[in-house]
Amino acid sequence: MAVHEQTPIEHRVISVLVENRAGVLSHVVGLFSARGFNIDSLAVGETEDPTVSRITLVAAGDLRTLEQIKKQLNKLIDVIKVQDLSEEGFTDRELMLVKIGNTPSGKTALKELASEYRLNVIEEDAKVLLVECTESRQNTKKIFEILKGVGILEIAQTGAVALSKKS
Amino acid sequence: MVVESFFREGVKHVFGLPGGACLPIFDALYDAKFQVVLVRHEQGAVHMAEGYARSTGKAGVVVVTSGPGATNTVTGIADAYMDSIPLVVLTGQVKSFLIGNDAFQEADVTGITRPITKHNYLVKDIKDVARVIKEAFYIATHGRPGPVLIDFPSDISLQKMEFDYPESVNIRGFKPTVDGHPGQIKKAAKMIEESKKPVIYTGGGVIIAGAARELIEFVGKVNAPCTNTLMGLGGVPGTHPLFMGMLGMHGTVYANRAVHESDLLIAVGARFDDRVTGDLKKFSPHSKIIHIDVDPSAISKNVKVDIPIVGDVKQVLTELNKIVKAADTKAWLAEIEQWKKESPLRYKDDSHEIRPQYAIQRLAEIIGPDAIVTTDVGQHQMWAAQYYKLNGPNQFLTSGGLGTMGYGFPAAIGAKFAFPEKNVVCISGDGSIQMNIQEMATAVVNKLPVIIAIINNGYLGMVRQWQEAFYNHRYSSVAMNGNPDFVKLSEAFGGVGRRITKKDEVDEAIRWSLTIKDRPIILDFVVREEENVYPMIPAGRSFEEIMDMA
Repeated sequence: MAVHEQTPIEHRVISVLVENRAGVLSHVVGLFSARGFNIDSLAVGETEDPTVSRITLVAAGDLRTLEQIKKQLNKLIDVIKVQDLSEEGFTDRELMLVKIGNTPSGKTALKELASEYRLNVIEEDAKVLLVECTESRQNTKKIFEILKGVGILEIAQTGAVALSKKS
Repeated sequence: MVVESFFREGVKHVFGLPGGACLPIFDALYDAKFQVVLVRHEQGAVHMAEGYARSTGKAGVVVVTSGPGATNTVTGIADAYMDSIPLVVLTGQVKSFLIGNDAFQEADVTGITRPITKHNYLVKDIKDVARVIKEAFYIATHGRPGPVLIDFPSDISLQKMEFDYPESVNIRGFKPTVDGHPGQIKKAAKMIEESKKPVIYTGGGVIIAGAARELIEFVGKVNAPCTNTLMGLGGVPGTHPLFMGMLGMHGTVYANRAVHESDLLIAVGARFDDRVTGDLKKFSPHSKIIHIDVDPSAISKNVKVDIPIVGDVKQVLTELNKIVKAADTKAWLAEIEQWKKESPLRYKDDSHEIRPQYAIQRLAEIIGPDAIVTTDVGQHQMWAAQYYKLNGPNQFLTSGGLGTMGYGFPAAIGAKFAFPEKNVVCISGDGSIQMNIQEMATAVVNKLPVIIAIINNGYLGMVRQWQEAFYNHRYSSVAMNGNPDFVKLSEAFGGVGRRITKKDEVDEAIRWSLTIKDRPIILDFVVREEENVYPMIPAGRSFEEIMDMA
């Protein structure tokens, strides 16, 4: 008999279709806390079918834990379908709103970032620049680190939403 | 409407206790065509429903009020969740427009019970009631069973509408796999044939699936030794020649040794619980694993499985029995027979004192293998598992997963309601029995001759044993000073009782208890205080460190 080998911690994007009903989110979130699973981010929204919502969650764990996360999610009665998007390939976006100081160096940094990423200044006054950035999870992390160097005044971020690349 | 729905679901008994928020439901229950059992504490109601469900295989039903009524059911619900027992628990709730206002007897019951129910509902519309009840019974009893809770605000239970009970359910998120994968079953059959040292390790899943007959056939066909978990006892008869007794922490030396030396472990409806495996790294180190379970999340949760088969245990065993051939186990069975001779299940029986094992052995021999036996939790539970050999499934009712002291007696009452013609014995301890003793009144009122055998050692015995072994004899808060006179207690409730202090009184007292037909009986066996349960594999250790009787 073999115990599970320890595998490195991976981050997976998991898409969960659920009944669009009160209390469903608490079942999903409660599962994570009750079983000690780690959740990086979570985003919920209604789908084209108003009785169904899609929860996109990014979960972290070794292979055994990730397997358990998917199986335990599937066990919830209100969960209709669980897809491990990391297995099938996906496109994802996170939205980040950031305030940075309105300085020449800040503006230069933003200009450079805007040439490479989906990033815009959406509001500006004498003191503050409000930046909107819609990028993949991976890129959002990079941009976040760069902006930290510039000096972040305030930030708000959503979790990732994602869809499978399969048509 | 609730009552009519219960009736349509074939409910024969409801266990409960009324209160403000469920008055409308109890008013309807007043005219019900099934029996409503009034308990003395809501925890008792849930354990009764569990005993009822475990002995019949049908869902147990509980109705209680909001707030404290509902929170009192929590331990029982958690117990049922851990042991996969089908229950439908209906809790009254404050009026829907008061929810969230800290109203009198309000508690967030769906919130509290979320992690301990298979599913729960808060009914917000009278139109949903029939569907929700239909779904609740379906979910509770299909796939891996479990408790389902329905929280029912009192204003909604007062509303009326045309009753239309749904014929079927369609829950898109709940489609349990029943049929095992044929390819996997073939692979398993081949692996079994080629094994030299197979062990069949079965759990509560076999009992729940009603697959005991299929299991016995399977054991015989493969000609492999079989061991049960605590919850799996009764899957094969206690006297079956290939049965090795229980495995795990207090399992037999030979069953644990067989698992340790095995080259193929066939796990059926079991979940590799830590009380079974101890140190996972050293558990059954040389074996491959076939795992049959209805719950996909039970597979590969604790150990890596070579051939997983998701499906209903009964269905999978039936298919497997069609194709599996015997393994060449002659040498292996001879080896196990030798171990059995070297280290049988045993205890010292050299004095006039009553040894707890002796009392249980006598109960088993006099009351017999067809009784329903319930236990509480602790030393007496392990001795009952070791020494009370039963004939079949659904006869050994015990709290395995949660380990709930106070389970045994109400569970026995529930089983007695289901099987009035059978002898029902609750084997308990002097600690455990006091945790739901108030249900004596329920047993007396309903004239139920449940036999309560208290293994009275004056201690929380299992805790004391651990303190002796691992905490240098420091007996911290385990002496049950102030125990009542259990005989007088029984009489005060309207039951009967005897206190048995000598070995030669044991048989007569048990025979006497069987002559009482209209009230509960307490047999208070005053046993040797510091007797320990052996064998024992200390928690988190491996078979190599097994402690047997000196």
